Amino acid sequence: MVEFRIDRRSGVATYLQIVQQVKQALRLGLLAPGDKLPTAKEVVAATAINPNTVLKAYRELDREGLVEARPGLGTFVRRSLARPQAAAGSPLRAELADWMHRAREAGLDREDVAALLASVLEEGFGGPAEAT
Amino acid sequence: MTGLTFQPERTALEAVGLGVRFRRRWALRDCSFRLPAGRVCALVGPNGAGKSTLLSLAAGLRRPTEGSLTVFGGRPGAADVRPRVAYLSQDKPLYPRFTIADTLRMGRELNPGRWDQAAAERTVADGGLSSGARIGDLSGGQRTRVALALAFGKRPEVLLLDEPMADLDPLARHEMTAALMGQAAEHATTVVIASHVLAELEGVCDYLLLIADGRVRLAGEVEDLLAAHTVLVGRHEGPGLPREFAMHTVVEARATGRQLTALVRPDGPVAGQWKAAEPSLEELLLAHLRAPGAPPLLAPSAEPRRYRAAA
Repeated sequence: MVEFRIDRRSGVATYLQIVQQVKQALRLGLLAPGDKLPTAKEVVAATAINPNTVLKAYRELDREGLVEARPGLGTFVRRSLARPQAAAGSPLRAELADWMHRAREAGLDREDVAALLASVLEEGFGGPAEAT
Repeated sequence: MTGLTFQPERTALEAVGLGVRFRRRWALRDCSFRLPAGRVCALVGPNGAGKSTLLSLAAGLRRPTEGSLTVFGGRPGAADVRPRVAYLSQDKPLYPRFTIADTLRMGRELNPGRWDQAAAERTVADGGLSSGARIGDLSGGQRTRVALALAFGKRPEVLLLDEPMADLDPLARHEMTAALMGQAAEHATTVVIASHVLAELEGVCDYLLLIADGRVRLAGEVEDLLAAHTVLVGRHEGPGLPREFAMHTVVEARATGRQLTALVRPDGPVAGQWKAAEPSLEELLLAHLRAPGAPPLLAPSAEPRRYRAAA
């Protein structure tokens, strides 16, 4: 089960915050296929947001094929976003950790590295990152 | 629960040409709007705008001077409408000498056949209140909780709340809002919350009714109303508005030095070097309150159906 953290001042629409947090939980493996998402009633009891917002977020996740609503039972995870290629111990991650080490040796600080990563990321995947 | 709680085709509240006069002053005038069932609606406006008058009309405690207001198609206060409506006025009248248990018993006996004792008791117990406590000994926040328990116990289809959270501390406010949203989620209750505390409403309400000077200024889905407006920021010198604004509805424009900030309802793309952004709910409301001359805007779902049929 996941718990949503809603930031009303973030400027990001509330339903999008829920969508993003479910995706993040799917990437990190906190949610796996077959897991049940909290019901709208449980979410509003914890966060005091409008129930229609929760349902709108779940509908969006359903539309993207990540979850499915089973009438009378709840909303369940259909597929994971976790990538074994990116997990701890994977060669890609080890190479990046090695690169990070070398960048530090070369005298770059945290912000330099972040800027460099962002610029390479943009080259590789195009455009600035979308909100989702 | 797979569907959304609101039911766009069912009408909870509908006003057509509604007006209320107190002696010489009109508290509401020429108000027409529609609230679809299952919505959580913010009723906002400055002090004295007519919010409380509108709620007391919907509760059937007052009659309109002209025009009409209907609740599920019936007259407010009629025998088949009153049981479906719960109204919590701003002063939350409760009997101070009653215990909480007495108060809930009163709710049960005044609402035969409808009363949900378990829901009422749960709302009280969630606040850690014991049923033997006297109303007169409770804090303002605790009294609000008991009043809401009475309203929930009635299992209303429409819940009318007048400044419900005004005297609550932040924790109690969060808890009561959560209880209210839980009620809306479980029973698809239509909720109308009158408030002038904007922070209380963001994320809670999906429908908006803005009234000022007794008239409807904005009505519709919060999302649609926000999407219908744009904040434009750019450089502009000289008197008057930029020429490229002429085809759009300008709600408010403010100049600071060479910078112009405007809230507009664009009709097509905006020409020129303007940085555009969607307004926040607060920006939208404040701009309309500062600009009483701006034309009102009703989303299609907020247009009265009877009115259209007659036109």
